[in-house]
Amino acid sequence: MPVLDLATTELRALNASLHALDKNGENAEFEVINPRGAHAVAVGIDAPVDVHIKGSVGYYCAGMNETANITVHGHAGPGVAENMMSGKVVIKGDASQYAGATAHGGLLVIEGNASSRCGISMKGIDIVVKGNIGHMSAFMAQSGNLVVLGDAGDALGDSLYEARLFVRGKVKSLGADCIKKDMRPEHIELLGKLLSDAGITDVKPEEFTRYGSARQLYNFNIDNADAY
Amino acid sequence: MCGIVGLFLKDKSLEPQLGTLLSEMLVTMTDRGPDSAGIAIYGADQNNLAKLTIQSPDPETDFAGLTDELRAAGISNASILPKSTHAVITVAADQIDATRKALGELRPNVRVMGTGSVMEIYKEVGLPKDVLERFKISDMSGTHGIGHTRMATESAVTTLGAHPFSTGLDQCLVHNGSLSNHNNLRRELSHQGIHMETENDSEVAAAYLTGEMAKGKNLGEALTSALDDLDGFFTFVVGTKSGFGVVRDPIACKPAVMAETDAYVAFGSEYRALVNLPGIEDARVWEPEPATVYFWEH
Amino acid sequence: MSHKHPVTTPRKSATFDDYTLSEIRRAAATGIYDIRGSGTKRKVPHFDDLLFLGASMSRYPLEGYREKCETSVTLGTRFAKKPIELKIPITIAGMSFGSLSGPAKEALGRGATLAGTSTTTGDGGMTEEERGHSETLVYQYLPSRYGMNPRDLKRADAIEIVIGQGAKPGGGGMLLGQKISDRVAHMRNLPKGIDQRSACRHPDWTGPDDLEIKIQELREITDWEKPIFIKVGGARPYYDVALAVKAGADVIVLDGMQGGTAATQEVFIEHVGQPTLACIRPAVKALQDMGMHRKVQLIVSGGIRNGADVAKALALGADAVSIGTAALVAIGDNDPKWEEDYNALGTTAGAYDDWHEGRDPAGITTQDADLMKRVDPIAAGRRLANYLKVMTLEAQTIARACGKNHVHNLEPEDLCALNIEAAAMAGVPLAGTSWIPGQGGF
Repeated sequence: MPVLDLATTELRALNASLHALDKNGENAEFEVINPRGAHAVAVGIDAPVDVHIKGSVGYYCAGMNETANITVHGHAGPGVAENMMSGKVVIKGDASQYAGATAHGGLLVIEGNASSRCGISMKGIDIVVKGNIGHMSAFMAQSGNLVVLGDAGDALGDSLYEARLFVRGKVKSLGADCIKKDMRPEHIELLGKLLSDAGITDVKPEEFTRYGSARQLYNFNIDNADAY
Repeated sequence: MCGIVGLFLKDKSLEPQLGTLLSEMLVTMTDRGPDSAGIAIYGADQNNLAKLTIQSPDPETDFAGLTDELRAAGISNASILPKSTHAVITVAADQIDATRKALGELRPNVRVMGTGSVMEIYKEVGLPKDVLERFKISDMSGTHGIGHTRMATESAVTTLGAHPFSTGLDQCLVHNGSLSNHNNLRRELSHQGIHMETENDSEVAAAYLTGEMAKGKNLGEALTSALDDLDGFFTFVVGTKSGFGVVRDPIACKPAVMAETDAYVAFGSEYRALVNLPGIEDARVWEPEPATVYFWEH
Repeated sequence: MSHKHPVTTPRKSATFDDYTLSEIRRAAATGIYDIRGSGTKRKVPHFDDLLFLGASMSRYPLEGYREKCETSVTLGTRFAKKPIELKIPITIAGMSFGSLSGPAKEALGRGATLAGTSTTTGDGGMTEEERGHSETLVYQYLPSRYGMNPRDLKRADAIEIVIGQGAKPGGGGMLLGQKISDRVAHMRNLPKGIDQRSACRHPDWTGPDDLEIKIQELREITDWEKPIFIKVGGARPYYDVALAVKAGADVIVLDGMQGGTAATQEVFIEHVGQPTLACIRPAVKALQDMGMHRKVQLIVSGGIRNGADVAKALALGADAVSIGTAALVAIGDNDPKWEEDYNALGTTAGAYDDWHEGRDPAGITTQDADLMKRVDPIAAGRRLANYLKVMTLEAQTIARACGKNHVHNLEPEDLCALNIEAAAMAGVPLAGTSWIPGQGGF
């Protein structure tokens, strides 16, 4: 497996090597060592490569990822997998703010905790967090699924569109237009699949509560002025 | 906008390395703040003695013969250690105010950066590595320290505009963010008699804390009031005689990363600032919650 | 009884004028703020308040034709591997597919390409039509991130990070349900027919220190090829430009309050953000103070209407200008030929600004299939190219008269002002005097 050492390789060269990969070829595997909190590691990849990052990364790791499988054996800074289109990103440690921000697809798994604004503006990504998430998570979340095994902070799902939120622990407070919803069989099935995709076998979908949009803010109404 | 670092040592054997460790942390944050840098080092308590860190635009002229003149003015045991544009004047602990007054008369161009029994503040225009080298920070030892590197937002790039800003004896503040009601606050504080040198929003925050503590609050209470009275985006790290404090505004968009081991508690605007600390791979790394005051003390 | 005594002439209030009275009645009836398109409609100091001095005993003009006056400009020389070369110093500003119809976007692309300049996507993402018809395409990166994706990022010619725009510095995009058609909804990942709520801050960074890291990410994703623009409204131009430079921008786009929007609150348009004229000198000074003038290019927009405006903006230090409203007028917006339709909507040609309603008689700011047909993209593209060429010729005419062989050689000293406000804002003397009011630092 090729090893790219960020202590001796320029970030630009590392990303350029990953961009040069053949999109149709066999799955390549890469190891990246000594990230030491560097930003923009493994961004803009559009080939089905497996990338193992040994250590903690800074901002925007796996930004705009398309089809790659990226694993961070450490913590991730703000904006991990932001605007991801497809593929899988796994963070073994914690993730900072804005994890999975505005992403369109793929699966983001955070085995530790995620910080505030997890899934902000999400547009189709599936995010599974084993630990807790911070305040203002799923702000303006348009579509996709956010699954949290731990607790959620203040203002969950503020100004939510059609994204689905599943929380197993406590929710400190709900944001504007975000309400508790029933878990129907199709949600149990969906959640079961998400947990399985994330490699989680020790919890059951029935242990989660579903949250979603009340859809009262979809068309402007002056009587909702307090929500703005 | 800016980069902030802070280091509080639990393990005394690391004290000789405080300056070196903090310097490395600060240089890593250069991209966040290319304009100016500053650092506050909390050193050993010297019984019954106090320090004033002063700065002069014309150090050779201003520092020459200064101790003799201070002694002549009644500051009996004044001694001076010049360091480039700054100098540390050591006096008896009860003579800080008298020394300030004497300095004001003898050297009107000299600015007092900070006072206290253990704190020294150094700050200048320029890249962090140059500022740190100028003051030989990596040779310094101490129990804790905070540092800051600045990208000026709405005020000028000057020595006085650099952080830390001192808020009282052995206290100082660094700030990452942008306040939005600092002009009104500045006017109110000036009216209360608190003097500010710059148009800098961070200086207003420091002056605000000083003002609140003058009304009888302790630093923790003053920081809690700050959450109500200050508007805008902020992460504050405050140095005190015995430790440091951290507070983030309720929206908490500006970054803040903490790391703790048996040997230290560290703060950085980015995780990158912490990577050279000993034992960082096994440290507990977390982010402070918004609108919550945190303190670590010896 | 009253007719026995003389009465005073009925007098309306300057403070509570007809427009204000109608707005109060409208607010009372509907309970919602007034939303409209376009930029400020109030009269504010602008380029018309400046004049060029021209040739004289001490300055000699260039002959036409043989003595060339160049107009080309290169954007993105600071960091990008592939800077953009434009034939003229006028670009087409960001306007979204969604606020504009598909044919309108195509017309803009065709016209810009004919004239040798660029267009810019807007708050909805890149369409195939625009990428196909616009040879040089700037891709906007906005707080909403609607439609943002790496494929479009990599096939764009430049990336424009939007902090704000002149019509609403601090406001996000606005698109109401009547314009969220199937296609728009799909591109923006929104339910059809709802009123779009937009973020006003970027989701994954706040502040120039974090913007610097975001710019690094975008450069890494695109292998450092594309120029990165930063667009700001007319808020604090000196500091905004300094911070944009520190954050790592290649190009800065500065949009004054005359700059249009497809839809926002009227109160935002008229009462937030400075006039374009007030923004240029502080912006240029910031670049000069940092030794970055001409190294980080400055594009000015907001009320650019003719070659004189182009020449004046360049004389004050801009590298190029951008047009939005003017481009729409060139392709048919507010044309009197639709006067009956404007009347039916309760307005008249030249005043129509309810673009958010999606019923545009000109077929430009609409998603209605029938109205859209009123724009023939090829003919409209030709009209835009004609207009751009006229503006360029006008700017060259002025520059030649001032003795310049490149429009970039125009200087503030080529100008004077007709009134004190314009003199102070532009930093040029009041005509007939050597007085520049307000000199005393920014």
